[in-house]
Amino acid sequence: MTALVVDALTVAFGRFTALDAVSLAVDPGEVRAVIGPNGAGKTTLLDVISGITKPVSGRVMLGDRIDLTKRSEVEIARAGVRRKFQKPSVFPALTVRENLEIGCGPPLPARDRPDRIASVLGEIGLGPRAEVPAGRLAHGEKQWLEIGMVLAAEPALLLLDEPVAGLSDAETAETAALIRSLRRPDRAILVIEHDMGFVEAIADRVTVLHEGRTLYEGSMAGARAEPRVIEVFLGR
Amino acid sequence: MSGAVQTALAAPAGPARRAVRDPLVAGLVGLCLAAAAGLLVAPPAPYLVNALGQLAAFAILAVSLDLVWGYLGILSLGHGLFFAIGGYVCAMHLLAHGVAVTGVLPDFVQFMGWKSLPAYWVGLDHAPYALVLALALAGLVAFVFGLASFRSRVNGVYFSIISQALVYVAMLLMYRNDTGLGGNNGMTGFPLLFGWPMGSPGVVTGLAVAALLTLAAILAGTRLLVGTAIGRRMLACRDDETRLRTLGYSTTRLKLGIWCLSAMIAALAGILYVPQVGIINPRVLAPDLSIEIAVWVAIGGLGRLGGAVIGAILVNGLKFWLSAAMPEAWPFILSGLVLLVVLVLPNGLLDLVGWRPRPTWLRGAR
Ligand SMILES: Nc1ncnc2c1ncn2[C@@H]1O[C@H](COP(=O)(O)OP(=O)(O)O)[C@@H](O)[C@H]1O
Ligand SMILES: [Mg+2]
Repeated sequence: MTALVVDALTVAFGRFTALDAVSLAVDPGEVRAVIGPNGAGKTTLLDVISGITKPVSGRVMLGDRIDLTKRSEVEIARAGVRRKFQKPSVFPALTVRENLEIGCGPPLPARDRPDRIASVLGEIGLGPRAEVPAGRLAHGEKQWLEIGMVLAAEPALLLLDEPVAGLSDAETAETAALIRSLRRPDRAILVIEHDMGFVEAIADRVTVLHEGRTLYEGSMAGARAEPRVIEVFLGR
Repeated sequence: MSGAVQTALAAPAGPARRAVRDPLVAGLVGLCLAAAAGLLVAPPAPYLVNALGQLAAFAILAVSLDLVWGYLGILSLGHGLFFAIGGYVCAMHLLAHGVAVTGVLPDFVQFMGWKSLPAYWVGLDHAPYALVLALALAGLVAFVFGLASFRSRVNGVYFSIISQALVYVAMLLMYRNDTGLGGNNGMTGFPLLFGWPMGSPGVVTGLAVAALLTLAAILAGTRLLVGTAIGRRMLACRDDETRLRTLGYSTTRLKLGIWCLSAMIAALAGILYVPQVGIINPRVLAPDLSIEIAVWVAIGGLGRLGGAVIGAILVNGLKFWLSAAMPEAWPFILSGLVLLVVLVLPNGLLDLVGWRPRPTWLRGAR
């Protein structure tokens, strides 16, 4: 079984083609990184997987069963897909704990939520900040809270859009450790990132996107040796 | 504000304990109950009693709008529609009741040359049926409009404009004389309320007390609601609907449910209002009236149910007083108030006293 198959996905905004027949397959238990310069179409790829954007053509199969391009965001989330947005998206009016409670999702019975919330609070290290409104958190804390919110539902497919953007080196290292600890045999993780060191630390394989096309797929070491990738990332 | 205070204010608690932590709502509920008791024990002049009762009806209307606007981010500029549905059905009941008791047809029916009330008035002389019909009709109209809008993701300004158009269309419809609802003159001359002569001191007091008690119940009930998990989802939906959907929550259902509830509360306000003013006509469907409701809420403090009540009472109290003293000046005074609030007090008058039951409620939204 494959956790996620993206099959010849094409997305257009008007006459602009943001994704051009992109394909990739992620195995259960794998951490896959998608890298590429700004505007490559990485966020658009996650938008399609999470149901926010509908493609012109192509399929996105979750666990060989469900074609996500035919489902709504709500149905996709209920199928076990969670996504962390590029711009930290937490609910500012709610406390950290209340954000996590919503993150637990509708299927988890209310009586099981306190335990789940407590364990997630521990994982993301926000225990002491549990009762603070999320709008008051520092940027890094918001990033972690959002990771916690998507974790709380114990997703089978986790999509993380630039989870270390704007974080300090120390915070980036902590986040890398956190993401490594989320690896499970029945969970696939798709991470979008610019930071090569971070990608090297967490990913099993990388997919390089450029101008809506797949440029390379394979190991990070292989990506570094690939001339076309070097050309695109010149100066990095 | 110190960290400890913040933590205390935001600490998780049961909904009831939370409501008690909202001293403004608790105080207003207490005030309503005290005023109702006061009216029963020692009623002041009937015109004052009547004014108080009308203010309470407006306050209920303001709460209904704050529920969807302040907590769900849906600005309706057509809430007068639901208010009018309640008001019209109430007027129909009062007239049908009058016909049942006295046998005299209302003026507008005689004017149309009809020999009896239109067929669809049947049963409206029974108050419980009229009440259910008013609420069901408001809920149904809200459901159809809400379903069409929310499912096709009509949000923000577009929703506001369409809601305004809706109330305008309803007004044009009600101006027609052949609807059997009084046309441009509306309906008035209600003879009796539950068999008692309308306008007698007992009826005036009873209506005002009913409005005050309803306000207290609505205020307490909505405050409890926004303190529950549903209330937290409302705030979440207001601040980031896509985020909430991608966490597996159907925001369409959430919005639709609260929207219909809000419409029914507005209808309740209309039901309480019409017997107190003794008339309903298509003017209640005028677009500017619906906008004014939003002004009450904005002035009092959007997103705080107590603020909506204060805004409604303050603006309408001022209006009662000033539009008698200098009617031409009222639109300018209202505009001035709006400008003042927008420029100086973006969170409404409650900013003046630094009122923040939960400090960041609005900060994130703007
Ligand atoms: N909703 C949209 N409408 C029009 N163009 C869009 C939209 N979303 C993304 N794009 C364009 O698609 C391209 C890919 O964007 P995106 O997926 O956000 O890139 P990345 O995340 O790799 O930086 C960009 O050129 C962007 O401007
Ligand atoms: Mg992006």
